[in-house]
Amino acid sequence: MMIRKIISAVFVGACGLAVVVALIPLAFVLFFVLSQGLQSLNLDFFLHNPRPVGETGGGMANAIVGTLILTTLAAAMAVPIGILSGVYLSEYRGSRFASAVRFAADTLNGVPSIVIGVFAYAVVVLPLGHFSTLAGGFALGVMMIPIIARTTEELLLLVPHTLREGALALGATRGRAVFTVIVPAALPGIITGVVLALARIAGETAPLLFTSFNNAFFSTSLTQPIASITVQVFTYAISPYEDWHRQAWAGALVLVAIVLICSMAARIAAARIVRIRGL
Amino acid sequence: MESSVAIPRPTLKPRDPQPNPNQQLKIDVEHLSFFYGEKRALEDISIKIQPSVVTAFIGPSGCGKSTFLRTLNRMNDIIPGARVDGRVCIDGEDIYGPGVDVVAMRRKVGMVFQKSNPFPKSIFENVAYGLRINKMTSSKSELAGRVEESLKQAALWDEVKDRLHESALAMSGGQQQRLCIARALAVKPEILLMDEPASALDPIATQRIEELIYHLKTNFTIVIVTHNMQQAARVSDYTAFFWLGRLVEYERTDKMFTAPSEKLTEDYLTGRFG
Amino acid sequence: MRSTDLRFRIGIGVFAAALLLIVVAIGITLANDSSLSLQRFGFRFWRTSNWDPVAGEFGALPFIWGTFYSSVLALAIATPVALGIAVFISELCPQALRAPLMFLTELLAAIPSIVYGLWGIFVLVPAVRAIEASMPEGLRALPLFSGPPFGVGMLAAALILAVMVVPFTSAVAREVLKTVPMTQREAAFALGATRFEAIRAAMFYARTGIIGAVMLGFGRALGETMAVTMVIGNNPQVSLSLFAPQYTMAAVIANEFTEAANALYLSALIEIGLVLFVITLLVNVLSRGLIWSMAPP
Repeated sequence: MMIRKIISAVFVGACGLAVVVALIPLAFVLFFVLSQGLQSLNLDFFLHNPRPVGETGGGMANAIVGTLILTTLAAAMAVPIGILSGVYLSEYRGSRFASAVRFAADTLNGVPSIVIGVFAYAVVVLPLGHFSTLAGGFALGVMMIPIIARTTEELLLLVPHTLREGALALGATRGRAVFTVIVPAALPGIITGVVLALARIAGETAPLLFTSFNNAFFSTSLTQPIASITVQVFTYAISPYEDWHRQAWAGALVLVAIVLICSMAARIAAARIVRIRGL
Repeated sequence: MESSVAIPRPTLKPRDPQPNPNQQLKIDVEHLSFFYGEKRALEDISIKIQPSVVTAFIGPSGCGKSTFLRTLNRMNDIIPGARVDGRVCIDGEDIYGPGVDVVAMRRKVGMVFQKSNPFPKSIFENVAYGLRINKMTSSKSELAGRVEESLKQAALWDEVKDRLHESALAMSGGQQQRLCIARALAVKPEILLMDEPASALDPIATQRIEELIYHLKTNFTIVIVTHNMQQAARVSDYTAFFWLGRLVEYERTDKMFTAPSEKLTEDYLTGRFG
Repeated sequence: MRSTDLRFRIGIGVFAAALLLIVVAIGITLANDSSLSLQRFGFRFWRTSNWDPVAGEFGALPFIWGTFYSSVLALAIATPVALGIAVFISELCPQALRAPLMFLTELLAAIPSIVYGLWGIFVLVPAVRAIEASMPEGLRALPLFSGPPFGVGMLAAALILAVMVVPFTSAVAREVLKTVPMTQREAAFALGATRFEAIRAAMFYARTGIIGAVMLGFGRALGETMAVTMVIGNNPQVSLSLFAPQYTMAAVIANEFTEAANALYLSALIEIGLVLFVITLLVNVLSRGLIWSMAPP
């Protein structure tokens, strides 16, 4: 009997230990990103472009703008396709086509981001003949679509069916009922989902390595390569220059800040939605 | 569940429960109150239960009878925010006292749940589970013997003796419930708590469970929660009527069903509310 | 069906079809653009280990070796931790701690791969180098620990992958444990089980789903690119040693894609991408099947 109790206590302790073990790297990473990144974060970082190789100073202004443009492009492509696919998946749940689409969405979710980069290369970079913002935005968009589709589907399913019945009973067509009643009911959650997806792809590097590539100069052209925070951090990190390493930490801090702010905003929004609507 | 079909009633003759003042009480509850966080679910319940009797807890839904049953083997401990005031003495010892070995106590006080919950293992492994974890047998043959004994006690042996190693989930609902009873019996409890054991079963299966209870009570003290008043009348020696978390009346079954002392009890039994 | 309803269905169906089309297109494009390499090398591609594209040698065995070795190691480290967390959060921890712990594990998952990679280069690798340098001579002789203490190598890669896999496996395992009916644990408790024994009963009930969760983590590790390429050393060799710099499929594509000077080289890299795509697809489908058998979507 004693042995059993001891085993049980050891097990409980081990589970608690697992939590601690997992949180240690988290604490480590956040600590280093914060301490190293804050040192190097200054106004220059946000306002200036990178200096030529070997010179100190400069910043990531072009990369920040680049990330903004790339994520906007991705969203422009992914939000319509993602949301409407999600609507289809929830409206026609049982159909074979919906099952195939759902399978495809989950598959796409699991495709390594580097492979998506290769796909975007073949589809956009090769025909165009060079790297471009469009290619990067396309790659990121492809990654966003299944995330948004599945979140939308799940949220729409949570909307009480009494809402739909009410709309139909008043003479609305199916399409009308969906777009004027059901989607708006789920909209806050859908927007939260989009924001979280954006935060996620803003941190992606691999799909950009040979699509949007990189650009030492400030550029907003869609058909030219463009800098991005993630690729810039990568380039700086593997370089031999101390100054670039510092800037890489600063870039990492910006990325983590984006992720943190979006996650917390999404949580607060979700909590408020649940409170207000009692969903 | 009221049935309009005439079911052949077992001719059970409840043993005449004569309270013996010299016999030690099996379960002695004193002023028990139970709280879910701030909400009080049970109020000041006191009840004395003799060994080897069947006691039925009856009352409308939500009156606390299941909650009270679960305090008797501290099953409510796993609910966060649960709190108990008062004493529950089993064989003279307060199970909520300091230093009580809950794990050992739960072996002594067995429980059968409303919906049968066999483990996703074979029939044999289900019954053997309690024996294994409590290390109650020392050889494979002893284990097999105890499993057979429990299955016979639960009147299931003949039906499953040729398929002991098939999945428990392949049995009918009534068989699964009898399996759960066998599983509980295997660890040789002294008290058996049954929370609406037949409510999910058809009338034939229900009848078999009731017969089982009748045969078991010589060796066990049984407490059964039921929302079926006729079942309580058929099966129990004593009945306790609960309403809104309080114990309203506790009496010998034959007396309670013919001449209840409380008006509330009478109203419930005659169906004026419920 | 009314015509307006039909138009609605087709209208949004087009977008859903786009999703389906993209996945199919990925497969077709990868297969198509690697045809040069597929035809030229066939299975030899994956059996030889000499990767020297400049000299025209394309042996891709080191990549598949490195991918699987690093992922299996990562899984070995991450699985007990992830399951421990899942059990702790869903079965053991006080109500008040639940939300913050879930938030923190989600944070682990949300940190971008490049940030892990950066931390990997400047913090993890020096630490691993120190560990490797302090290995006693006796252990050094084993093939598992042979080689100079570079710091970068299989060990660093496995560690960083483990950190990244833990939150995924743990989140799915938690969901799976939630589907185990409370009565299973209650039945165990009622028979006199200790906490450990009751949780073990619940985990037994959920075993298919838990295996699925672990496989999902495996799939994640297989495809991880940035963090791995920054700490694994990027050396195409097949080695059992944890200290040896090695290479993975994802890493070689990331590093050499822009330097592929000729069509054959590019096609070879795309073939690696194709195989990576197929492997992760199979692992993901299998894991989802296992999880859905317990908790249908």
